[in-house]
Amino acid sequence: MDLNARVPPGPLQEKWDRHRFDLRLVSPANKRKHTVLVVGSGLAGGSAAASLSELGYNVKCFCFQDSPRRAHSIAAQGGINAAKNYPNDGDSIWRLFYDTVKGGDFRAREANVYRLAQISVNIIDQCVAQGVPFAREYGGLLANRSFGGAQVSRTFYARGQTGQQLLLGAYQALEKEIARGGVVMFPRTEMLDLIVIGGQARGIVVRDMVTGEISSHLGDAVVLGTGGYGNVFYLSTNAKGSNATAIWRAHKRGALFGNPCYTQIHPTCIPVSGDYQSKLTLMSESLRNDGRVWVPKRRDDKRPPGEIPEDERDYYLERKYPSFGNLAPRDVASRAAKEACDDGRGVGPGGLGVYLDFADAIKRLGEDKICERYGNLFEMYQRITDENPYRVPMRIYPAVHYTMGGLWVDYDLMSTIPGLFVIGEANFSDHGANRLGASALMQGLADGYFILPSTIGNYLAGARLDRVDASHGEVVRVEGAVNQRVRTLLSITGKRTVDSFHRELGKLMWDKCGMARRTDGLREAIQRIPALREEFWRNVNVPGSDAELNQALEKAGRVADFLELGELICRDALHREESCGGHFREEYQTEDGEAKRDDERFAYVAAWAWRGEGQEPCLHKEPLVFDNVKLAARSYK
Amino acid sequence: MPTLNLKLRIWRQPGPTAAGRFVDYDARGISPDASFLEMLDVVNDRLAQQGEAPIAFDHDCREGICGSCGMMINGVAHGPERATAACQLHMRRFADGDVITIEPWRARAFPVIRDLVVDRSAFDRIIQAGGFISVNTGGAQDGNSIPIPKGDVDRAMDAAQCIGCGACVAACPNGSASLFTAAKITHLGLLPQGQPERQRRALGMVRQMDVEGFGGCTLFGECQEACPKQIGIETISRMNRDYLRALLGRSPAADGGSGE
Repeated sequence: MDLNARVPPGPLQEKWDRHRFDLRLVSPANKRKHTVLVVGSGLAGGSAAASLSELGYNVKCFCFQDSPRRAHSIAAQGGINAAKNYPNDGDSIWRLFYDTVKGGDFRAREANVYRLAQISVNIIDQCVAQGVPFAREYGGLLANRSFGGAQVSRTFYARGQTGQQLLLGAYQALEKEIARGGVVMFPRTEMLDLIVIGGQARGIVVRDMVTGEISSHLGDAVVLGTGGYGNVFYLSTNAKGSNATAIWRAHKRGALFGNPCYTQIHPTCIPVSGDYQSKLTLMSESLRNDGRVWVPKRRDDKRPPGEIPEDERDYYLERKYPSFGNLAPRDVASRAAKEACDDGRGVGPGGLGVYLDFADAIKRLGEDKICERYGNLFEMYQRITDENPYRVPMRIYPAVHYTMGGLWVDYDLMSTIPGLFVIGEANFSDHGANRLGASALMQGLADGYFILPSTIGNYLAGARLDRVDASHGEVVRVEGAVNQRVRTLLSITGKRTVDSFHRELGKLMWDKCGMARRTDGLREAIQRIPALREEFWRNVNVPGSDAELNQALEKAGRVADFLELGELICRDALHREESCGGHFREEYQTEDGEAKRDDERFAYVAAWAWRGEGQEPCLHKEPLVFDNVKLAARSYK
Repeated sequence: MPTLNLKLRIWRQPGPTAAGRFVDYDARGISPDASFLEMLDVVNDRLAQQGEAPIAFDHDCREGICGSCGMMINGVAHGPERATAACQLHMRRFADGDVITIEPWRARAFPVIRDLVVDRSAFDRIIQAGGFISVNTGGAQDGNSIPIPKGDVDRAMDAAQCIGCGACVAACPNGSASLFTAAKITHLGLLPQGQPERQRRALGMVRQMDVEGFGGCTLFGECQEACPKQIGIETISRMNRDYLRALLGRSPAADGGSGE
């Protein structure tokens, strides 16, 4: 397996500029001869589809939602980072690069991260030009706030709805191109397989979710911007529909899967309240700018928070990490919350919660100011919990939020299948073992607006693309396999619902491969998941038919894929005998409970190859070379 | 905490052209802390166990931001809680023994696909008719080169919050999409970047509303009551002004530009 990242030569600061000059171009007259299939319409997919169409390519864009405007990027709250240094507080491209590499616990590719930091400044300009209403100061200039893992204020925001506003910007650009005829949009359409012909990605098989019709779309390149796989845990902050099917199908067709075990557990989510719980709700990290995290010093302290005096509270993030305090990065803050709860000092039902307290900030700034900054988040919290966070501290607990792992891509964002590009959260690229807050929006838009539109041309200009049509044997074969799978799911008529399998898998993943992982637990999960999978294919009950809107059938296909992906996540977690970022192995920690990396053995990207049903996957390694930053123990103390 | 037992009357319609009808269901042992959609999940789980087709409804983020969900709950779009999408409505708003009637959005321009799922693609086509700023990727000037008064950007943001759920249409006796369309016209029209296309935008989007079969606005104001993001009907006055000026061929800049 040729796992060449194709990082361009030259000094770090010049790589992207030189590379763009070296990339082959497709002339304007030839662009319209190429068809590009873009799956997903979020920040990455939507911005890519719009930008490729603007360049003159024929684009087909697919999303499972009823409109591209509903992609889950829309739920991102806090903000988007950019190295603008508008506040004059010492930020720079180099600092954003450094913070991101360090934040990722030195498990990301330097050249990619540097390029991301460079492009960050263009993203803000582009979005302002599109009419994104970023928050502004009274003088009319753009406002910034702080986010975790950084000591500068570089986060741009639109109240607590930054993802929504950025997505609507990309969506409007996409609709503009649809109106112009450059993009044909296929909403309520789900990708169920990838078509690889002659070693190149040449098409996809999709299901029309309204009529149930299964069909193929062919093109010269396929772009997956289908998001992350956090829903493998069942409960997560992801949208209910978020799924791994597109990337998992591509994986089974030959795309290597990078670092599947790197999952991000976000520290500030509303705790679970009952068995009916269908998802978890994030409370933006931006709240940690003004909220102070604490638990009682005493175990099993059942007093209401207001009755616990100041000197009997443990502001544990401020105590343990004085220089970053409540703005410690997500992985660090999540583990600290777990540690406090495991110690019997958690609050709320079941003791699975910690306080996020705004009393000091309200005293200092006034309720109006807090309302202006976080009003919509406070309202959402109150609607869900029936508690008023202006009066009593919020209760929060970590929850699965983001997956740093994803399909392996080279510097050009191309997977190990030529012609298959992967962008945004769906790839493994820029965040290493932990993503910093406000960096997902940055990466999705960097990939979609700026990187892919340059690099895809290089592929199209250089690839030999023979004509293929729907009668090609491989198209017929893959389409047939998809049809067969749908029929099988409907024909099992067992006794358990799809959700019951999903819940069981999710609980197993959370218990054995969540915030803390151990050899024995991972071994157990690797035993139990195949058994659960076997039961699924024997005992699942999917009502309805294939020729209609059938939400149970949609879920069944996704859960079947999670049942395979879950096992790979556990295998990756077991093999990585170190702790780094979001991957915390209890056997590998420092005396004070911090993650202990092993750079000698594990400074590489783990890229897994599918070898067939029932076969163990095969591990390939991309060594990570750090020429520009010094590998150091990651400290926020 | 005591749980709730409820009677549900839910609109079931197998497909776009099939006849629909209300079907009664019991929802038993519902936690008051569950969301409205989680209550439906519980009912659907039971239906699935019995091998019956679950009640189809659109939903995704369940955080009130994606705009997927939406249904008439006891005749009110998104149900009884103000400024709240159905996914953020919680069962503590209901009492034990309540009868709850659940229907899809009813509007000519939103045909039913199945049960509570409707086709809202008309909204996308209204945006295609001008709900954007025509800038391509690349070459944008520095984000701080045009200062924008905070008041303008705050009001633009108030309008830009629209989640495109369609509650305004469902609540309107005329089935008008004016609030949805006006929200986008207001968002872009308040920003300097939106000025060059302001007239074209108003003409295109208003015409598309008619083409899609939405009704006219007679200022009932039901839309703003139903809007989960509390977008107000003053945006509609603004849309009407932009539209009239565009019909008369007068430039908005001559009438005071964005700073109204």
